[in-house]
Amino acid sequence: MHPLAAELRLDTNALDYVIMAMYFAVVLGIGFMARRSVKTSLDFFLSGRSMPAWITGLAFISANLGATEILGMAANSAQYGVYTTHWYWIGAIPAMVFLGLVMMPFYYGSKVRSVPEFLLHRYDRSAHLLSSVLFSFAAVLIAGVNLYAMAIVVEALLGWPEWVAIVVSAAVVLAYITLGGLSSAVYNEVLQFFVIIAALLPLTILALKRVGGWDGLSDTLTASRGSDFMTAWGGTSIGSDNPLGANWLTIVLGLGFVLSFGYWTTNFAEVQRALSAKNLSAAQRTPLIGAYPKIFIVFLVMIPGLVAAALVPEIGTSGSDLTYNDSIPYLMEQLLPNGMLGVAITGLLAAFMAGMAANVSSFNTVFTTDIWEPYVKRGQTDAYYLRFGRIITVIGVAASVGTAFIASSFSNIMAYLQTLFSFFNVPMFVVFIIGMFWKRTSVKAGFWGLLVGTVAAMLNYFWIYKQGVISIPSDQGANFVSAIVGFVAGAAAMLVVTPFTRPKSPEQLAGLVYGTRSPGMSEPPAVGDDAWYRKPALLGWGAIVLAALCYIPFSF
Amino acid sequence: MSDTNERPDGPDRGIPDTGELAEQIEELERRSATASRLFDVRRLIGGLFVVYGLILVVAGAFDSDAEIAKAVDVRINLWTGLGMLALGLFFLGWQLLRPVRPPSAEELAEAMDGHQGKDRPDGH
Repeated sequence: MHPLAAELRLDTNALDYVIMAMYFAVVLGIGFMARRSVKTSLDFFLSGRSMPAWITGLAFISANLGATEILGMAANSAQYGVYTTHWYWIGAIPAMVFLGLVMMPFYYGSKVRSVPEFLLHRYDRSAHLLSSVLFSFAAVLIAGVNLYAMAIVVEALLGWPEWVAIVVSAAVVLAYITLGGLSSAVYNEVLQFFVIIAALLPLTILALKRVGGWDGLSDTLTASRGSDFMTAWGGTSIGSDNPLGANWLTIVLGLGFVLSFGYWTTNFAEVQRALSAKNLSAAQRTPLIGAYPKIFIVFLVMIPGLVAAALVPEIGTSGSDLTYNDSIPYLMEQLLPNGMLGVAITGLLAAFMAGMAANVSSFNTVFTTDIWEPYVKRGQTDAYYLRFGRIITVIGVAASVGTAFIASSFSNIMAYLQTLFSFFNVPMFVVFIIGMFWKRTSVKAGFWGLLVGTVAAMLNYFWIYKQGVISIPSDQGANFVSAIVGFVAGAAAMLVVTPFTRPKSPEQLAGLVYGTRSPGMSEPPAVGDDAWYRKPALLGWGAIVLAALCYIPFSF
Repeated sequence: MSDTNERPDGPDRGIPDTGELAEQIEELERRSATASRLFDVRRLIGGLFVVYGLILVVAGAFDSDAEIAKAVDVRINLWTGLGMLALGLFFLGWQLLRPVRPPSAEELAEAMDGHQGKDRPDGH
């Protein structure tokens, strides 16, 4: 993580701080008010499976809309241009729709409380324990990296010392999740969603006006960066050269299929929001409702990045103090008067807390229901697990604060670890998809698919790419290729192991495999859920068509 | 918790099967207090955005020429304030027009009978 340029210090005044302070008060208030609704462990970990779809849908997208995502995707746009749209239209929407339409009946209908718990029932304890432990480590690590990223930004923009920012925001997140559990995390995410939009939308409009509208932006960047910079697919034919270092095949398969399906369908920090929905229809609609804002959010991060590239042509090179990550803070400093500036800072802080809270609230659930309850202390009362969930939240936040401080002295190691863990989602997806669609997949195939797939993806990235055995032009391109390698290797391992090992009996697989049913999957629709605009199929296909249409103006 | 049907041998020992898990979760859903006791988030979002909107509208009305010039000649505080005010009023209005329906006596009785907690009334 590169420190932000010193000249980005914002000219804040009392008005901006009043706006920020009010936000923190409301966030804590949600925690205190949600507390009285937590009676059982299910209330704490999954909001009692009783949330309406619009709330879980917005929380689903907000959990992904962390500040590392916002600043990172703006940086991506300043560096690679309109290619950024791939992370949204092909790299998110199809996977979100697949989760809602195809996978959710198995997830929600089987009444599992977490993604690893699904693996326990479909496969066995070794697959379960491996995925639970890795997920717990990754969640704490990502929460810590998020905290550290925030501390750097806050230090640059507001002049607060790093440790103050780390401790204050960790304390706020800790307070509201320990008090209200997932309900207060989800409610805060819904609020955060609107605050983030209120921060980014005016900034985007001003940024566009500053460079003479879309046409002015397009002309400036085409002149300085070449015509491919303003297109989604220009220069991506196989064998031709482009800044992203990827061709259409690795974009579609690596990003659009493997990486994106791995993240959106098996990352529990996301899936947990859908599992807290009040019925199957609401659970299915959770990622589908989230898909619509996701299609358009790309403009709110990409345009500021492009404008920064147009205003500061030497951004990200040694000719400028500004790094790509500074795009949004730079525009805030240039364009926003006090008042709006306070809203924008609040939006950034909200986004950092959203990114951290999603990891903390999924970590405490997996650690309690998937590690502590089955393997350490079995057969305790529900009140015991509720209390333990609160305690482990405190421990998890403390560990991520520690991670944040370690990150401040060893940020390269952190980047390395994050890449390492990112390769774990890929085989997770293989194991899910094969296990869901192929009844014969054996009990042991889950564990071996996870292990072989993860190791293969890591080998490809850290040995074949980093050591230069095969040359891939960029880190992003290598990421896509490694993901494809992990997918193929994981699938191959499962195909080899399955014929030699024991399958699950059909009654154990009811409701977990395509073509089987469980009682939870056949519930009658609730009153009002049969309205046409609440039909999952229509919502899902509508999102796919809309995302495809969005590509058209950027493709020719 | 529900280890009563434990299979004594085999590698799956101690793992509740999906049926047992479903029973355990349904029991917790019946005891859950979230649906009946959690406040309505629309009131909170509405309240905060109305207050933010008013603050920005007032700030926008008094913006100096320099501040307006900084924002490329747009009264951005005023416009953002009006936008946030409108969103806040939308949430408050939505909550007033479509309040969360409290459970009727019949539905409560049904829930007590051990009918799945699935059709808990929730009018969002």
